[in-house]
Amino acid sequence: MNNFEHREINNGEGKRYTREEEIEEDEEDEDEGNGRGLDAWERAYADERSWESLQEDESGLLRPIDNKTLYHAQYRRRLRSLSSTARAARIQKGLIRYLYVVIDLSRAAGEMDFRPSRMVVVAKQVEAFIREFFDQNPLSQIGLVTIKDGVAQCLTDLGGSPESHIKALMGKLECSGDSSIQNALDLVHDYLNQIPSYGHREVLILYSALSTCDPGDIMETIQKCKRSKVRCSVIGLSAELYICKHLCQETGGSYSVALDEPHLKELVLEHAPPPPAIAEFAIANLIKMGFPQRAAEGVISICSCHKEAKVGGGYTCPRCKARVCELPTECRICGLTLVSSPHLARSYHHLFPITPFDDVSHSRLSNSRQKRPITCFGCQLSLLNQVNMPSPCVVCPKCKQYFCLDCDIYIHESLHNCPGCDSFRQSMSSSRTEE
Amino acid sequence: MTTVPSKLYADDVSLLMVLIDTNPFFWSTVKNTFTFSNFLSHVLPFLNSILLLNQLNQVVVIATGYNSCDYIYDSSLAAPNQRAESLLGKLEEFVTRDEELSQQNSIEGVWSSLLSGSLSMALCYIQKVFRSGPLHPQPRILCLHGSPDGPGQYVAIMNSIFSAQRSTVPIDSCVIGSQHSAFLQQASYITGGVYLKPQQLEGLFQYLSTVFAADLHCRSFLQLPKPVGVDFRASCFCHKNTIDMGYICSVCLSIFCKHHKKCSTCGSVFGQAQTNVASASDRKRKTTET
Ligand SMILES: [Zn+2]
Ligand SMILES: [Zn+2]
Ligand SMILES: [Zn+2]
Ligand SMILES: [Zn+2]
Ligand SMILES: [Zn+2]
Repeated sequence: MNNFEHREINNGEGKRYTREEEIEEDEEDEDEGNGRGLDAWERAYADERSWESLQEDESGLLRPIDNKTLYHAQYRRRLRSLSSTARAARIQKGLIRYLYVVIDLSRAAGEMDFRPSRMVVVAKQVEAFIREFFDQNPLSQIGLVTIKDGVAQCLTDLGGSPESHIKALMGKLECSGDSSIQNALDLVHDYLNQIPSYGHREVLILYSALSTCDPGDIMETIQKCKRSKVRCSVIGLSAELYICKHLCQETGGSYSVALDEPHLKELVLEHAPPPPAIAEFAIANLIKMGFPQRAAEGVISICSCHKEAKVGGGYTCPRCKARVCELPTECRICGLTLVSSPHLARSYHHLFPITPFDDVSHSRLSNSRQKRPITCFGCQLSLLNQVNMPSPCVVCPKCKQYFCLDCDIYIHESLHNCPGCDSFRQSMSSSRTEE
Repeated sequence: MTTVPSKLYADDVSLLMVLIDTNPFFWSTVKNTFTFSNFLSHVLPFLNSILLLNQLNQVVVIATGYNSCDYIYDSSLAAPNQRAESLLGKLEEFVTRDEELSQQNSIEGVWSSLLSGSLSMALCYIQKVFRSGPLHPQPRILCLHGSPDGPGQYVAIMNSIFSAQRSTVPIDSCVIGSQHSAFLQQASYITGGVYLKPQQLEGLFQYLSTVFAADLHCRSFLQLPKPVGVDFRASCFCHKNTIDMGYICSVCLSIFCKHHKKCSTCGSVFGQAQTNVASASDRKRKTTET
């Protein structure tokens, strides 16, 4: 019963979101000019859903939905909810994460309700997730664990290189036997207990089976994880299970069940951005690190990691001047942790988010029309539509510059700078919501 | 939600975003050797030659000032056959406005120009071109920069660099100041652009036309200058100093030059300094070795 309800709710919320994503993707596909070459009768109803892109106006006529304004409105809502949660939680984010991804490769992973099979779909999503994870969490580490024949097996140790994880995963895609959550948790718990105290311990389980065959009392294992502050999250592929829900509730993780492939993708990628750090989960610490310089191309030197003479590239440890090939790493000679500063800088937009822009209301438009600039400050697009009436736009509350809707989305989702605030010295210091 | 549609345009059609450093403080230091008008006499023929290379080429010029940034030229809006000299009027207007602003404000510390602002504007413009449909010229950014780096712009500039990298827009830099720019070295390195600090400014036009005029497709056939090392040092959040070793807050990854009791960015209180992030992997390695 419980299970049924959960799926229903999920359907209601999740669906509309996925629809939007699909509409966006459709547009991209058209740009690329592939995949859309099929005629209408050749496409499957399920991917098409053409009826959903129509809406009824006041007089009952059908007309296509204005995707752009709809998409923008949705993005605004997401931005607002994000910024309000960020403000509530201060800017504490668990940026050094140690995450084990547990993949269920029991018999149930061979089911074909996801095409071509659950495990292939899961592997594909995990691959995308690993790349996104390292992009957003530069100093974090991932390890992979599989469950097969009732036994949990460590596929890769905790590490920071996406390629090695992906390679290991793709080589091991076979399923058999039962699944055991307890075995997986025991294994992962032992590994996570060794990590430094400032790291965030997390487990993400992608679970296909509808049962768990455990050697002992799983409740004890769950309590053990709770005591060690391991945050466990589960994404189910079949139906909701009480034990998974209990595990997530106890350890502070999230539990969700995927309806279809796009939904699964969305659920998995939700785990990529850093979760708000709950102060007790990790002890804050200052870590000493070095920022090596990249040597000139064409210089020959012996690297300390492979003990080989190499031409060009490489980085020099600022403390002992030893040469290493790749970053991030630990200096083999003096033990200093070496990172490249751009690596760290990738996450700074989490720390210094830019304020959401305000909608320019229509009344304000008509009142102060003469004062309002006629082009977008960012891209110089005209802010007047074909009939010379003001089209919707937004204004930055700090620098009071006007932007078009597309720039608004680009600025907040990719650029993370306000061009207006950064272009005026007075407003520079106050451009970010620091204090 | 940045998307990079595939480029169906002929691969030799370029959109060149040129960022010109107009910082009066910089130009007053090099007055004796290389004046601003001297500089323009090299740049304008270069812009004209880009426009002549291909009828569909587009050039947009943004002025990077000390107090403000603004668009001063867009060849797609200019009258047909109008040459880049037409930007001089707008440039003069901009420079006077920028100077008026600096009279209102006191000048403090480093006199860097607002590179982060003009980079952000250029990227917004490029996104508009991407959105305009599958047929668009190949964009690239060229920074003609002389002022020293402003460590206060570190985060904003890095954000711009990553956004340019995600949309595969190379940032080329031609440094006309006396010192290397660590920001532009990183920008060109990360985005796959060319970084060049000309030895002889009297030959600036030759440098520009041989190194920066080639479109992205031609670059693969050319022997372009290789980077002479990239300065990956970071600037600390507490004093905005450039450092090569420092302390990182484990919660928010803020960089500090010395040990603090409390993180000024996220407010976490620290225990004693830990020297090693990978102590666990260390331990593991030792156990496997024995
Ligand atoms: Zn060293
Ligand atoms: Zn715009
Ligand atoms: Zn602003
Ligand atoms: Zn400092
Ligand atoms: Zn901090």
